[in-house]
Amino acid sequence: MEIVLVGLNHRTAPVEVRERVSFTVEQAQQAATELRERGILEETLVLSTCNRSEVYGVPPEDVRQSAGALATYLSSFHSVAPEALSPSLYHHYDREAVRHLFRVSSGLDSMLLGEAEILGQVREAYRMAHGNGGTGPVLNRLFQGALEVGKRVRSETELGARPMSVASAGVKLAERIFGKLNQRTALVLGAGTIGEQVVSQLRDRDVAHLYVMNRSREKADQLAREFGGKVIPWGEWDHALSLPDLVVSSVSSDDPVLVRDTVKQAMAARKNRALLLMDLGVPRNIDPSLADLYNVYLYNLDDLTEIVRQNRAAREQEIPHAEDIVDEHVTKFLSWQASVEIVGLLDVLRTRVREERAEFVRERMEMLAHFKPEEREKIELLMDELLEKLLMRPAEKLRGEKSLHKKIQNVDALRDLFLKDREKP
Amino acid sequence: MDRLYLILTVVAYGLSLSSYLRYLITGKDVAGRVGTILLAVGLCAHYFALLERSRGLHTVPYHDLYGSLSLFGWLLALTYLGLEVFHRQRSVGAFVVPVVIAFFLFSHLAPAGRIVETPAKGIAFAFHVTLSILAYAAFGLSFVLSIIFLAEQRLLRTRHMGAVIWRLPPLELLERMSQSSVIVGLVTIVIGTALGFLWVDRLQGTVLYYDSKYLATILVLVFYAAYLFLARSAAWRGARASKLCVFNFLLVIFSFTAVNLFFSHSHRYF
Repeated sequence: MEIVLVGLNHRTAPVEVRERVSFTVEQAQQAATELRERGILEETLVLSTCNRSEVYGVPPEDVRQSAGALATYLSSFHSVAPEALSPSLYHHYDREAVRHLFRVSSGLDSMLLGEAEILGQVREAYRMAHGNGGTGPVLNRLFQGALEVGKRVRSETELGARPMSVASAGVKLAERIFGKLNQRTALVLGAGTIGEQVVSQLRDRDVAHLYVMNRSREKADQLAREFGGKVIPWGEWDHALSLPDLVVSSVSSDDPVLVRDTVKQAMAARKNRALLLMDLGVPRNIDPSLADLYNVYLYNLDDLTEIVRQNRAAREQEIPHAEDIVDEHVTKFLSWQASVEIVGLLDVLRTRVREERAEFVRERMEMLAHFKPEEREKIELLMDELLEKLLMRPAEKLRGEKSLHKKIQNVDALRDLFLKDREKP
Repeated sequence: MDRLYLILTVVAYGLSLSSYLRYLITGKDVAGRVGTILLAVGLCAHYFALLERSRGLHTVPYHDLYGSLSLFGWLLALTYLGLEVFHRQRSVGAFVVPVVIAFFLFSHLAPAGRIVETPAKGIAFAFHVTLSILAYAAFGLSFVLSIIFLAEQRLLRTRHMGAVIWRLPPLELLERMSQSSVIVGLVTIVIGTALGFLWVDRLQGTVLYYDSKYLATILVLVFYAAYLFLARSAAWRGARASKLCVFNFLLVIFSFTAVNLFFSHSHRYF
């Protein structure tokens, strides 16, 4: 019933190590199967994303021994020397393992705080493991809980809200002005890295038309093919600026590419239709005085970075709220786990008591020799009844215990008092 | 019973406002939907509160200032609800519902005064007043939308993004919503005014061309028509048109209150 987690993430391992220890879908399946076949784990799930590789499991024996075996398996599976891997690995057991997973699914453990992709990745990893029979009652419950926590954190906190990258901040700003972008036109000037990210996000939002301008015609053609847009020859500003609702500029140039007179003229030609200018170039590509023009919205890299900074601060304020939700679900899971364990322990205890009774009767067979078989049977039944009665009240009390702390204490006490050095449920 | 509807209306509107605010701050769709449902509940309760008040005073709700203000609030909520469904945009609710609550409380918590007996009766008259107040409510809504537009645009241009800006409707949608609202207002005020002339013609066989209310109404019509035209023009689209819309509503308030109370001969019913 105990849970073990061994893994590494962006905090504990550099990218060189992470990429060596990551799992493909097939590898994850293979590892999960091997871990069960070798008896290291009874239930297994491998979660592998760009920033983490983690193996969750329910071991048959002591969790710490299993964690060691798991670490050894990981290093041999990925052919990484144990001494190179072990400094990056973390081992979590039970409460900490549960808490870790719930923090992961809620985005609290992500490199980009509150990012949404991780919940989908956890869901997919669970779906795969469940489909392959890798999970059992414990991991099923654990991962269903993790998905629930992830959803709650996203719906009840602002952790996943607001753009967190310069590119998404730019696109979100465009949506503040124009609404849905699927009937809008964008013009891309040059092709810096962030500019490409913006274009990718615009494509995700099904922007209707995309035009590309670049000093080099060859490069412009290449970008147009890459982005799925059309080329406008460099310098044809009147035509170029009459079309778009937003302009994304990341040209490598010492002087501004878009100057006041050009844009002023264009605004008159387009009847002052709103124009969003995203200047992602350093040095700036767009004359800053354009911000004063009527219905022109100008944002440079610093403006967008500042928006991201504000949003990050706002997300960080939501951490305590999200942690409360995580804690609530950790308690809920541990409570379920303890309840299940109590039922198992009581079954084992009941079996043991019956065995003791049978042994007791066998040892005193001579004393009972004068009884007829049916009378002996009746005595045995009465003894069973008495033992069942003795167990009933404590069992009810154990099952009905509300406090998680007390419940766990009771489980430990039961195990220590009656089942030490015996089989585990 | 009167009190029951009053309390029910205030509670429903109040809860609707809190849900809309929750939606605006957290962006939770459920909160927005609850806000809409509660607003609809408030509208029903408000309707019965108006009915009860009318029964108590033995007259239609618009024969006194308080009644007509309550009717204005009710029609404002109704117009907003229609616009919300049409444009599928809920984040404006947090700004409109407080106005509805203010009008409702002002009109229903004030003591019912003596009603001046008027010869104003009949279906044509009832439609004339109701449609005119509906037009004012639609103009009121476009006023709120224009204020939101100006505030949001200012925040965007000055780059002061807070938490709420990501929840507000896009600027272009606000413009469209405001224009839709003005179209509703213009259509209803034209029909309402025509019915008013028809009623006067039937009652007295003459039309009072010299009444200052006519002039005020024509001014309102002209200014809102100008808004609709200018909002699509190069020089005015955007903030300038929104400012004009705000100004126009000040004209409406002037026409609804000062003109009715102090200048008009045929509209001084309260």
